Amino acid sequence: MDISSHALWSLIHGMGFGGLYLLACSGAIVELWRRFAPSSPTAVTSRDERFVRIYFAVMAALAWLAVLTGAYIVYPWYRAIPPAGAMSLGAFPQRLLLSNPSTAAWHSLGMEWKEHVAWLAPISTTMACAVLMRYGRGLKDHPSLRNAVLCFVVVAMVAAGIAGFFGAEIDDHAPVEGGKIVRMAHGG
Amino acid sequence: MDSRDTRHSPPRPSLPSGYGAAALLSAGIGSFALAVIANASDHIAGFRRLMTLYRPTGPLSGVTTAALVVWLIVWCLLHLRWRNRDVRMPMVSAAAIVLLIVGFLLMFPPIADLF
Repeated sequence: MDISSHALWSLIHGMGFGGLYLLACSGAIVELWRRFAPSSPTAVTSRDERFVRIYFAVMAALAWLAVLTGAYIVYPWYRAIPPAGAMSLGAFPQRLLLSNPSTAAWHSLGMEWKEHVAWLAPISTTMACAVLMRYGRGLKDHPSLRNAVLCFVVVAMVAAGIAGFFGAEIDDHAPVEGGKIVRMAHGG
Repeated sequence: MDSRDTRHSPPRPSLPSGYGAAALLSAGIGSFALAVIANASDHIAGFRRLMTLYRPTGPLSGVTTAALVVWLIVWCLLHLRWRNRDVRMPMVSAAAIVLLIVGFLLMFPPIADLF
């Protein structure tokens, strides 16, 4: 069972950091919605407060790792320019997509949108993390701030979802391949 | 179970809203700045060259770096100004959310191409 190092990094970026971030978003929204609602009948304990702070710090780290590995490790392979006279575009995903009218929009719409919108996730999550670090359970006393933070987290989740969807589809149509071969398991 | 972990601490005085307002509004401004810089990079060839800080990543490297710099500078400035004050939170929240949504929409290529 082999995988190329480029494909492995693509997996770490998308399924690892990006996928975990998306999963964490739903939990963050539920926590902010239920536990920090001003009308919530249950008080936020110090244990809850500590948990939510760590949760958002991990989320922010995942968001940064996802966009940084995407922009600086995987994206350069995606946008590599083939040498003159190249017979195959298999190792040049952007050029491969653009070479066919039926796949060009995966780049011109999908990648063009994804490469920018994904950055809303780390910005929004870092802000949410900073607010929770400072206010903790006191966020219940600032309903307007809590509602706005919740809104940012929802938009961050949508942005990450868009990035994840297009990332998966682009990888399906023109996978990032190349680099060393990593042997993950030997056949029987 | 550790009783310290589950006890309800006595109510604490409410913190001023300025710290959160600075973080929130700067995130909105940073998101909007990202969209504006990305659009400028897409439409102005000279600016696109300027944004290529790291050649393998292309203009995306400069676009995102510039937006992050704007975001962090605005955050620092607002933080210094508001950190110990109460601000009109509904107004700041509305402004931050509008900036975020407009920035989000401006990144959608069919909308970005209108400019």
